[in-house]
Amino acid sequence: MVYARLIAMRLFKAVIVLFMIIVFNFFLIQMAPGDPAAILAGEAGATDQEFLRQLREQFGLDQPLYVQLWRYVSGIATLDFGYSYRQQMPVLDLILARLPATLLLTGTAFVLSLALGIFAGSMAAARVKKVSGSLIMALALVFYATPLFWVALMAVLLFSVYLDWLPAYGMFTVGAHYTGWAHVLDVLNHLILPASTLALFFMAIYTRMTRASMLEASQQDYVKTARAKGLKDRVIQRRHILRNALLPIITLAGLQAGQMVGGAILTETVFAWPGIGRLMYEALMQRDYNLLLGIFFFSAALVIVFNIFTDLVYRLADPRIKGAS
Amino acid sequence: MSFFARFAQNRGALIGLIILIAIIAMAILAPFLFPESPWRMVQRPFLAPFEVDGFALGTDTMGRNVAAGLMHGAWVSLLIGLVSTSVALIIGVPLGAIAGYYGGLVDDALMRFTEFFQTIPNFALAIVLVAIMQPSVTSIVLAIAIVSWPPVARLVRAEFMSLRNREYVEAARLVGQGNATIILKQILPNTLSPIIVLASLMVATAILLESALSFLGLGDPNVMSWGYMIGAARTVIRQAWWLSFFPGMAILLTVLALNLVGEGLDDALNPKLARERQ
Repeated sequence: MVYARLIAMRLFKAVIVLFMIIVFNFFLIQMAPGDPAAILAGEAGATDQEFLRQLREQFGLDQPLYVQLWRYVSGIATLDFGYSYRQQMPVLDLILARLPATLLLTGTAFVLSLALGIFAGSMAAARVKKVSGSLIMALALVFYATPLFWVALMAVLLFSVYLDWLPAYGMFTVGAHYTGWAHVLDVLNHLILPASTLALFFMAIYTRMTRASMLEASQQDYVKTARAKGLKDRVIQRRHILRNALLPIITLAGLQAGQMVGGAILTETVFAWPGIGRLMYEALMQRDYNLLLGIFFFSAALVIVFNIFTDLVYRLADPRIKGAS
Repeated sequence: MSFFARFAQNRGALIGLIILIAIIAMAILAPFLFPESPWRMVQRPFLAPFEVDGFALGTDTMGRNVAAGLMHGAWVSLLIGLVSTSVALIIGVPLGAIAGYYGGLVDDALMRFTEFFQTIPNFALAIVLVAIMQPSVTSIVLAIAIVSWPPVARLVRAEFMSLRNREYVEAARLVGQGNATIILKQILPNTLSPIIVLASLMVATAILLESALSFLGLGDPNVMSWGYMIGAARTVIRQAWWLSFFPGMAILLTVLALNLVGEGLDDALNPKLARERQ
C-alpha cells in the first residue's frame, strides 16, 4: 500500500513538472524569432502568405494568448504534439519511431557504465594507498574531463578508420537486409562504439562515487566487527563494504538520467544513430522548432519516469526508508 | 601553513594550475601572436601539421590556421566559462541563501522551483534555449547559467541552514542587525569556501557545455571556438585527423586543469576535511 501511495504521489508530481514544461515550451515558441505560424510550420524564412494565414487560423494564433496556451496544453494532453512540416510527419510519430534506438543506446550505456564504474571504484577503494588505486582515479578524472563528442570522433578514427574493426555510423548495415540473429548481431556490432563512448563519462562518475562511498562505509563499526571476526579482506570488501556503499549510487544513477539524455544527443549525432538525439540534431539543423520542443518534452518525461523507477528500486533495496520522501 | 602551501601539497592541483596558467597565457597572447582574424584563409586547405613552416598545427578545410583558431578559442572558452558561472552564482546564491535562511514555506517554494530545473535534462534545455534565442555569446552564457545554477542554490541553502542558528548569528540578531545584514555580512562570508570550490568545477562544466553546443552548430557565428572547430572538421575526419584532435585536446586539458585546481582549492580551504580524507 505504501508503494501504491508513493507511486501516486510521484506521478502527481511528475504531471505538475510536465505541465510546467509544456507552459515553458509554449512561451519559448512565443519568444522564437519570426512568425509563430512560420515556426509551427517549420519554416524560418518567408513562405506562402495564404498558407501562413491558414496555419494561423488552424493553430488559433489570431486568438488571445491564454486561449492559445489552453489549446497548446490540451493538445499535448491528448498527445498531439503538432506536425513537423519539414519531415512531413506528426511529431509524435517521428519521436516514437526513434525512441527504441535511444532506449537501446542509453540502456546499454547505463548498464555498462554502472558495472564498470562500480568495479573500477571498488578496485580503487581496496587499493587506496597504492599506485594502482591512484592510477584508476587519475584515469577516471581524465574521462570525466573529456568532451563526449570528441571521444566519439576519436573512437571512429581509431576503431573504424585505422583499425577497421567496427562500423563508424548507423544502426545496421545498409542494404544487407539481415534477418533473425544475423540482424541482432549486426545491430550489436553497430552498438559497441556509441554505447561505450557514452558509457565512458558516466563510468568515470560511478568510479569516483563508488570509491568515496566505499571508503566511507569502511569506517563503520560493522566493518571492524567483521575484521575482528577474522574475515578475509576480500570478503569484507565485497559483502560488507560494497553492499552498503551501493545505495547512494542508486540515487546518483537516477540523478544522472538527465545527463544521459544530453550525452545521447551528442553520441547519436556523431554515430548517426537513429534515435531521438539524432532527431533533435536534425530538428536543430532545420530550425524545426515544433519538433525540437516535442523532443525536449519527451526527453524530460523519460528522465522523470527513470527517476521514479530508481526511487522505487532504492526503496526496495533499502527497506529502512519507508514512505518518507 | 599558508594557503598556497596547502594547495601545493596536492600535486595534481599544482599541475592543474600550471596548465591553467598556460591556457590563460594562450588566450592573452592570441591577439599578439595571431593578430589576423582566425577566420581568415591564410594557406591552402588541409595542410598537415609541420608541413609548412609557420603552420605547426596545419590548416583546416578552408585554409584557416588551426593554431590561430586554438589560441583565439582559448579566450572564448575561458570567457564563457567564467561569465556563465558568475551568472549562475548570481541566480543560485541569493535563492539558496533566502531558502536556507528563512526556511518554511519560502524554502519549500524555492526548492520546488530548483527541483524543477534539476529534473529537466540539462543539455537538452541548453540546446532549446540557444536555438530559440539564436546563437550568440550572450544566449550561450544565459543558457549555460540557467542550466547550472541549481547545485549552487542547493549548496548555499544547506550551508545557510547549518549556520543560521549559530551563536554568532544569534549575537548579531541580539544587537539588532536586520535579516539582510545578517545574511550578507554574517553568514555569507562563512559559506564562501565551498562556493569557490563548486564554482571552479562549474567553470569546467560550463566549458564542456559550451564546446558541445558549438559542436552542434550552436556557437556564436562571430567567434572562433574549440567546439566549432571540431564540429566543422567532423565530416573530414578521415582526411584530416588533426582538425578535431588538437581542439579536443585543448578542451580536455582545460577541463582537467580546472577540476584539479578545484580539488586543490577544496584541500586548501577545508584543511580538516582534506586530512580526514587521507
